[in-house]
Formats: sequence, structure tokens, C-alpha cells
Amino acid sequence: MELLSGADMIARFLQDEGVEYIYGYPGGAALHIYDALFRQDKVKHILVRHEQAATHAADGYARASGKPGVVLVTSGPGATNAVTGIATAYMDSIPMVVLCGQVMSHLIGEDAFQETDIVGVTRPIVKHSFSIRHPSEIPEVLKKAFYLASTGRPGPVVVDIPKDMTAPTERYEYVYPKKVKLRSYNPVTRGHTGQIKKAVELMLKAKRPVFYTGGGVVTGRASEGLTDLVKKLGFPITTTLMGIGAYPQSDQQSLGWLGMHGSYESNMAMHHADLIIAIGARFDDRVTNNTSKFCPTAKIIHVDVDPSSISKTVRADVPIVGPADSVISEMISLVQGQPITHPEALKEWWEKIDGWRAERHGKLYEPSKPGEALKSQEVVEALCRITRGEAYVTTDVGQHQMFAAQYYKFDKPNRLITSGGLGTMGFGFPAAMGIKQNFPDDDVVCVTGEGSFQMMMQELSTCKQYGVGVKILNLNNASLGMVRQWQDLNYKSRHAHSYMESLPDFHLLIEAYGFTAITVTTKEELEPALERAFADKHELVFLDVKVDPFEHVYPMQVPLGSMRDMLLSKTERT
Amino acid sequence: MRHIISILLENEPGALSRVVGLFSQRNFNIETLNVAPTEDPSLSRLTVTTVGDDRVIEQITKHLNKLIDVVKLVDLTEGNHIERELMLVKVKALGAARDEVKRTVDIFRAQIVDVTPSLYTVQITGDAAKLDAFLQAMAPVGLLEVARTGVSGIARGDKVLSL
Repeated sequence: MELLSGADMIARFLQDEGVEYIYGYPGGAALHIYDALFRQDKVKHILVRHEQAATHAADGYARASGKPGVVLVTSGPGATNAVTGIATAYMDSIPMVVLCGQVMSHLIGEDAFQETDIVGVTRPIVKHSFSIRHPSEIPEVLKKAFYLASTGRPGPVVVDIPKDMTAPTERYEYVYPKKVKLRSYNPVTRGHTGQIKKAVELMLKAKRPVFYTGGGVVTGRASEGLTDLVKKLGFPITTTLMGIGAYPQSDQQSLGWLGMHGSYESNMAMHHADLIIAIGARFDDRVTNNTSKFCPTAKIIHVDVDPSSISKTVRADVPIVGPADSVISEMISLVQGQPITHPEALKEWWEKIDGWRAERHGKLYEPSKPGEALKSQEVVEALCRITRGEAYVTTDVGQHQMFAAQYYKFDKPNRLITSGGLGTMGFGFPAAMGIKQNFPDDDVVCVTGEGSFQMMMQELSTCKQYGVGVKILNLNNASLGMVRQWQDLNYKSRHAHSYMESLPDFHLLIEAYGFTAITVTTKEELEPALERAFADKHELVFLDVKVDPFEHVYPMQVPLGSMRDMLLSKTERT
Repeated sequence: MRHIISILLENEPGALSRVVGLFSQRNFNIETLNVAPTEDPSLSRLTVTTVGDDRVIEQITKHLNKLIDVVKLVDLTEGNHIERELMLVKVKALGAARDEVKRTVDIFRAQIVDVTPSLYTVQITGDAAKLDAFLQAMAPVGLLEVARTGVSGIARGDKVLSL
């Protein structure tokens, strides 16, 4: 029997759980825990410069590795600073465990120094939360937290730890709980066989089918199965922003991604489909546009591990509650050797889709002419060429995020790492940091804008401390591009606070941290600068690329319209 | 349509706030809410009445089921059930109205549980509609204070909500 203090139990548990990195920031209520972490060397603590960055870094780590990200913050402001990152992880169903220090139990409720009811504050943005009430519960509560965060539909779990629970003087028995049981939590492990059969019958009989898959396929590690199923059936597939890469985008059957700024052909195909096979997607408003006009002729099969996602915004004809991987593999075994009923109809369907593809081919944007400002789109295309489409790409939020998703071609899941649900500016850079530490030999690039980058740029200091060699591609249009685009479209170009006056000299700023910065203003400078930036995998390089501030992201769905109602350029619409 | 949802909830601190929070967070309605421990000290039973179309009620039950602290739930309105609510009312009872109040209390099979020279305190149980009717009948006499417990309910017959 081993007797440990609460703080040592936490450190030991993290080791036993196999946690490699913990992102955090110390403070009074967390000091016993920090001391315990200091006295061991298996779990590496990364000191960020702001707690929000800790959550985003843990989030990036979790998305790229599939393991829960772990965060440690102190009470009060430490915990509230983490809130945006917790909400980001919640909206995108990312496994994360956030350990928050709390004031001593006897002070709770007295408005003590650095006291916040963080369980209350985070209640709507966590999968679950715990408060430690006795040090002896620590191992079991932590095991429950990791189990909940990473199973079923993953999500963040907050554990609130009053300082007296970690006091070094009080010791209790420590045993690593290999398993925990929660009587009210039994995530489904497979879908209903009858429903899956019904779905496959519809799939085989379909004339104009489309796969519409989302983040659930990526987090559910089901992309291989999905690719197999889609190949076997020969159907077109479009993914959500969160689902990008679950099916190789360079493949002929991929229509790219769908929704507000999705590809023309995917939105057209969805609108005209007679069968939509949704897997791990949640019919988000940025996908469906006006739900009453959504896909008027389609029957809908909806596979999701979370029953509350099914028929939430759009009624499913064949609901299947189950994890993507097991449902897909059951579908594969039912499809195996079965001919589709209407091969000629599917052929016609493909002709129609190829027609839509051809309609917009080469008209997506106007590349810059010599002497003109660079277009963000061509910068992302160059980035994709130089990194051979193999980099981990994180983004912040806005036009650059859409351009990165549109013009970088992703053939693997978990390569586009973006805040799709919450839309958190400031996410990209710390997320890239978290990924790079896990995959030091891969290229990790944060595609950002000067607005978003400034929300988390203090993390340059963290990168310096730990030698994190991420690349930062700043698409600098000196304005909040997406806000500006909406102001152009809806507010007669009254640019209320969407411009960025008094930008720092990024070159000097980056050099102040001892990193390399390259400024790019012309097309001739672009590729050499990218080559230079990616020459050394372990060096942080910042590319400040001055781009056209007047560019808009297209296609863009017309608000309140159907999926096919799109603006295609500043002058064209469907 | 009005639904009565009965929930077995972990008797843990914060569990109730998760249920209540869910309703406000997702824009669902709560008409009444009633909660107390059960014979099993680790469980509370919570009864909530809510209003919504089938789609909304489906979402409410799905989201409630997702809460880790919710162990089991049943929508009582899906089957035959017994619905009861208890109400304590202070009614003005002066002069001729004193007899009138007494008569109405008898008609509703309510009980007078406390008396002062100027008022009666009435206890009445029944379904929500009966309680509403009683309040309506008493309104002209003068309602001074109303305390309702909110609806509690249980399924008729052999069906049992337990672990």
C-alpha cells in the first residue's frame, strides 16, 4: 500500500494514465500540484503565457494525437482564462481534461481571493465536471474524468480541486484505478443492425446519393473505413469543415467541403440529391443554410454517436445511433458484393456533378497580376505545393481560415485543425504549438491573419522557451477580412472597426523573440520565402504576407436560402 | 403539448443545476419543477413539466439523458399516469365569505389547515387543472398567498421507474 498526498496522487495518476504533456500556468491554489509535478520527470509540463493558450495547445495536441489534452490552471482568473478554450473543445467534441485549482474548501463561497465557481461558470460548456471533496477520491475522479472525456462523443471535463485536497501533509492510499464504472453513462458501441440494413438498402437503391461526413469520422478514427465504403459504392462525398481529410480530397469522388463557403459542386449536389448519408455530422447552420429549404428531394440517413445530434435541426429518415467506425464497418460488410440497383442513374448523377465542377473550374478567384497585391488564395495554394499537402495546418478564424480550407488539399484526417464550432480567434497558434510538440518531425503551420494572431501572440515566448519550430503564415490584409466582407455585403461597405490601424512591425516583433521573420509583398518573393521557411523543421519562422484587403471568400451561401443559393463572386450568383 | 418528465438523478451537489441549466441553455421551458430524495439516498427524483412539440420533447429527453448525473428518465405523458400537486393557499375569509370559502373547500375536497379571524389556510391536492380551478373559484373572495409544490407523478399499473 502506498500513501500519497493529494498533489502527489495527481502527478502519479497522470503518469499512470500515460499523459505526456500537460499545459498550464501556476498560481496559489495549484502550487501543491506544481510542486508534485516538479518532483517527477515523466509528465512534461509546458508553461504557456496565458491560460487560454494552454487549453488551445492541449486541444491541438488532442486533435492530432487522438489522446485527451490535459490542462492545469489555478483558481479564479487562471480558470476563467481557460473558459474560451474549454468552450472551443466542447463545440468541436475534443477530449480534454482541465484540472483547476480552487481556494481551500472552508473558504468556498466566501468570495475568497482568486475564488470563482468554475464548475458553475463552465457548466454549459463541459461534458461533465467534478469537484474533489476528499483527497482519497482523487484517483477515481481523475479516472472518470479521462474516461468521460475520451469515450462516446468526446468533450472537455473540468476537475475542480480545492487547495486543501492537495495538502502535502495528508496522505492517503493510492491505487491506479484501471477501470471505472458510471451507472448512468454507457456510450453505445454499435449501431442498431436493423437500421443499418435499412440504410444500406436505401444506399443501394439511390439514384443521386451523396455522403456528407463530419468531425465524428475524424475523432472516431473511422476515415479508413469511410474511404473503403465510399470507394465500394462509387458515390460522391462531401465533408464538413471539421470532417476535412477523412476522405482524400485529391480523389475524384471527393467534392470538397460543403456549406457557407463550401465548394459549388458539393452544395449543388447536396441540394439535388435523393439520398444523403450523414455520418458524424450535425447539420450545423453553417452547413444547412435555411433548414426549411434544405435538400428538398433527399431522404436522410444520419449516423451519430450522440443521439441528441440526430433530428436536432433536420429530421432523419433513418437514424442510427452508434460510433462511426463500427457502423461503417457493418455497412461495408452489407454492401460487399451487392450491386447497386441503378448504375445508369449513378452515371448520370456523376455527369451532372462533373458539369457543376466544370462550370466553376478556373473561376474560383482571379490570381494577382504583376504589380498587384497577392491573393490569399494563391498564397495558400503555394503553401500546399511547398509542403506537398502533408503539413498539419492550424487556422484561426476568418477569411484566412476559409481560404486555408478551400485551397490546401488535405488527403489525411486531423491535418486541418481549426475551431469550426465556436470559431475562436487566437486558436491557431497555440494549437500548432501543441501539435508540433507531439509531431516534432512534421511540418506544422498556423495559417492566420494579423487580427487573430494578435490575440495569442504572447505564445511566441512559450515557443522560445521550448524550441517549438512551428511556421506562422500571416495573411496580412490589415483588416478583419470576414467582418469586412459582411460589411461590404450587408452594410454598404461601412467598415465599422474592421480595419487594423497601428499594426506592429511584425518583422521587429518576431525578431525581438529571436525568431526569423520574412516579409512577402510580391509573387516572386512568395515561393522562395516559403522554401526558406520550411527548410528547417525545428525553426520557428514567421511569414508576413501582405495580401489584397479587398478580396472576398466565395462561394458564399445566401443567408436564409437553400444550399444551392450562393454568391459566386462579387458580381455573380446562382 | 404539456409533458411530465420524471427523472432519477444522482443525489450529488450540482446535479440539479445541470438539469435546470440545460433547460435555459437550450431554450426549453420549465413549467413546474419538483425534486426530493428517494428511498435510495444516492438518488433524487425530479419531476419537470414542460411544453413543446414532439421535436422539442425528443430533444429535451435526449439532452437530459446525456447528462452524466441523469440515471434514468421517463416521459409519464406517454402512458397512463397519476399526476398530483399539493397547494397551500391563504384565502381572505371575512363575514359572509367565511361560509362561502368553507363550502368551496368542501366541494374541492380540500382541507382548511389553519384559521385566523380574517383568513383560512387551505391545503388541496390534485392535478394541476384542479388546483387552477380552485384558484379561479377563490379569486373573487381574495387570494392572499399561494404556495404550489409543482407536479409530481408516477405511472399507472405495473410499470416502475427504478434502477
